[in-house]
Amino acid sequence: MTVTATPSYKWVGTRPVRHDGLDKVTGRARYGADLNLPGMLTGAVLRSPHAHARILAIDTSAAEAMEGVRAVVTGADFPMLESGGEGSGEEYYDPLDLCRNVMARDKVLYEGHALAAVAATSRREALAALSAIKVDYEVLPHVLDVSLAMAPDAPILHEDMITEGVDPVPDEPSNVASRYVIDRGDIEKGFAEADVIVEREFVTQPVHQGYIEPHAVVADVGEDGKAMVFCSSQGHFMVRAHTAELLGWEPSRVKVIPAEIGGGFGGKTTVYIEPVATRLSQKAGRPVKIVMTRDEVFRATGPTSGSKIRLKVGATKDGRLTAVEGSMAYQAGAFKGSPVSLGCMCAFAPYTVDNVFLEGLDVVVNMPKVAAYRAPGAPMASFASETVLDEIAEQLGIDPLEFRLRNAAEEGMRSVYGPIHKRIGFRETVEAVRDHPQYSIELGPNQGRGVASGFWFNFGGSSSATVHINEDGTASVLTGSPDIGGSRASMALMAAEELGIDVYDISPIVSDTESVGYTDVTGGSRVTHATGLAVIDACRKVVADLRARAAKVWDVGVDEVEWVDGRAQHVSGDRAPMTTRDLAADAAGTGGPITASAAVNARGAGAAFSTQVCDVEVDPETGAVKILRYMTAQDAGRAIHPSYVEGQMQGGVAQGIGWALNEEYIFDGDGTMENPGFLDYRMPVASDLPMIDTVIVEVPNPGHPYGVRGVGEVGIVPPMAAVANAIHDATGLRLSELPMSPVKVLEAIGANGG
Amino acid sequence: MARVIFGSALRRYTGGVDEVEIEATTVRSLINALDRRFPGLGEHLKSGMAVAIDGEIMTDALYEPVPEDAEVHFLPPIGGG
Repeated sequence: MTVTATPSYKWVGTRPVRHDGLDKVTGRARYGADLNLPGMLTGAVLRSPHAHARILAIDTSAAEAMEGVRAVVTGADFPMLESGGEGSGEEYYDPLDLCRNVMARDKVLYEGHALAAVAATSRREALAALSAIKVDYEVLPHVLDVSLAMAPDAPILHEDMITEGVDPVPDEPSNVASRYVIDRGDIEKGFAEADVIVEREFVTQPVHQGYIEPHAVVADVGEDGKAMVFCSSQGHFMVRAHTAELLGWEPSRVKVIPAEIGGGFGGKTTVYIEPVATRLSQKAGRPVKIVMTRDEVFRATGPTSGSKIRLKVGATKDGRLTAVEGSMAYQAGAFKGSPVSLGCMCAFAPYTVDNVFLEGLDVVVNMPKVAAYRAPGAPMASFASETVLDEIAEQLGIDPLEFRLRNAAEEGMRSVYGPIHKRIGFRETVEAVRDHPQYSIELGPNQGRGVASGFWFNFGGSSSATVHINEDGTASVLTGSPDIGGSRASMALMAAEELGIDVYDISPIVSDTESVGYTDVTGGSRVTHATGLAVIDACRKVVADLRARAAKVWDVGVDEVEWVDGRAQHVSGDRAPMTTRDLAADAAGTGGPITASAAVNARGAGAAFSTQVCDVEVDPETGAVKILRYMTAQDAGRAIHPSYVEGQMQGGVAQGIGWALNEEYIFDGDGTMENPGFLDYRMPVASDLPMIDTVIVEVPNPGHPYGVRGVGEVGIVPPMAAVANAIHDATGLRLSELPMSPVKVLEAIGANGG
Repeated sequence: MARVIFGSALRRYTGGVDEVEIEATTVRSLINALDRRFPGLGEHLKSGMAVAIDGEIMTDALYEPVPEDAEVHFLPPIGGG
């Protein structure tokens, strides 16, 4: 499908109040912890106090005999799955790793690793039962730091882990799960052509998605052996598939009802407690609810990777990039699968460079297995690349935005990661920042300005939608995509545009796994594009049906009936138009209920780019960095609901600023996390940030009828470098380690003789 | 003929060959043809890798048509958050 013009629409591009808004601001919306069923038990999970230990024995007999305890499970209650790559794209995983992460077997691999669970008639009894479970551990040396994990004498997490992607194949196990390489052009020739070369090392810390709502689930296995699972997630079909697989069941034995979701950002694209609650319910014969505490969320669910990155970049004196070379090592957590390959692919994706050698290493450490987090892998890589580019531009005396424009990737150019770019809007985002008033505001003492850009692929994937026309002419739009960022409103707007009826006459519904076709997770910035395509297709089938019914009523050919602004019109204009309501009222007489479904494995996702400018003031006495102003320009292709596009842009920036300035995991010498709460794990709050200004750039994606590009992820890619570059502008200091907390800034000022 | 460009990770399977031209109408027939030329490569390509055809990245694309003169890359799985 091709966007041949830039038409204005009646509904697309408007800002209606979201359909789910009232429920959410009045407390009526039901989140994962809000469901209570008769006879429901409380589940609780026993977690490892050790970062690395062999489980010699687990004795649950005392717990099972305790008052109120109805079921106890350990790893022995779950089948051991075979290793291998399952799924694709968004949902690629290794079943063996997933089952060992949900419930440890022979070893615990991080502090917080689940190894048993109980269901009891009260939380107090459940916690008491956990205390009664006896575990005999052989404590092993642990490793957290990515460099130490690669050292020859490092404690080995998996004795059978042989590094993939290396020739010859190693004959000894290591913590390096795999090596990924981008190798294009002639790197030596590229550096020989360079007039300036900058080489730097960077360190970033693992950071958590920080969703407000902890993981929560209610599972109820009936007498027929079938399970109902109610939970908050980014994909209830994903929960169904993983829960069934981890229990050794067919997926159809599990029905998952999606709760509202209080934030996910990628962290809820896998399962932790859902299979556990389901097995407990099966054993107890009663519903079981498990709600994680914040402490558990930090200790047992996936953050994104910490990293160590070295980059060397060359450019000519007129500001053309000639070569990029470097190495990135990402923490994967306890099991393989960091997003390091995506980091390598994204780091220089906004630019065109002929000579590239980038190595990515996926390294396991004794932390929770990493999970997706907005644009997985890209932010830390871009922190490094965009900081180095800023330094090169400074050395060459070229404005940093002009430097980016001179090297900007455009349609038809080869990307750093290989394929040729299709229509993209990177240049337009840079120009939007250059032309924005903030870029020319005069700065005061101790103040600085930094810019940075970022890239994210975006994704298509499988989605389903069903559209019903109700008897009164309104429409229900059913999809399988949990609404994380306003997708109900976006689906309703596209349906309103297609059907020609008022957006408030459309009820967008997130349906359970038995009421709509399979749908991939809400992630990868895919829903407005992919699920939107399914909704549009279903609506177009409905419109075709409505035209056919009008033709039947008028006894004319269907080609004589047009659908205009929600009404069937005869081409002659000599018949009274029929509205959706008119046709719905007589649906039984013209063929029965009016409904249509559509399903897609969506192609045509358009890549996303963002360029941002940050103004800071650095307090030389304390090292504190205050964000004075922040502006982000992002190519949305076409903003279906501009307010929610702006919200995604601002949310990504806010999380990126937290990543830049404050957030980090702090461990004691035993590998125990010391700051598993929002008081000590410092995420930005509203009072920390100025209003984040947004400019939506619209370079329509030719792969979508309205030109949509996903907007949920790329906004988090540039902030760390934008903040670092602004701090440099204010202080003259190049900081290369995150977070750039007051302590580190003050140390750098001191080291610089300040 | 489709032009297939191999990234570094795949060159291990191709004996260092970084580019080939292959007659194929779908991704599946392309992979089968590649596997005949480079035994073992096909299984690797089917294990969750994404494919980019003329710049468009796709997953679950075995039956996707490969246009005449298309440029094809195989990439790591691309997810998101």
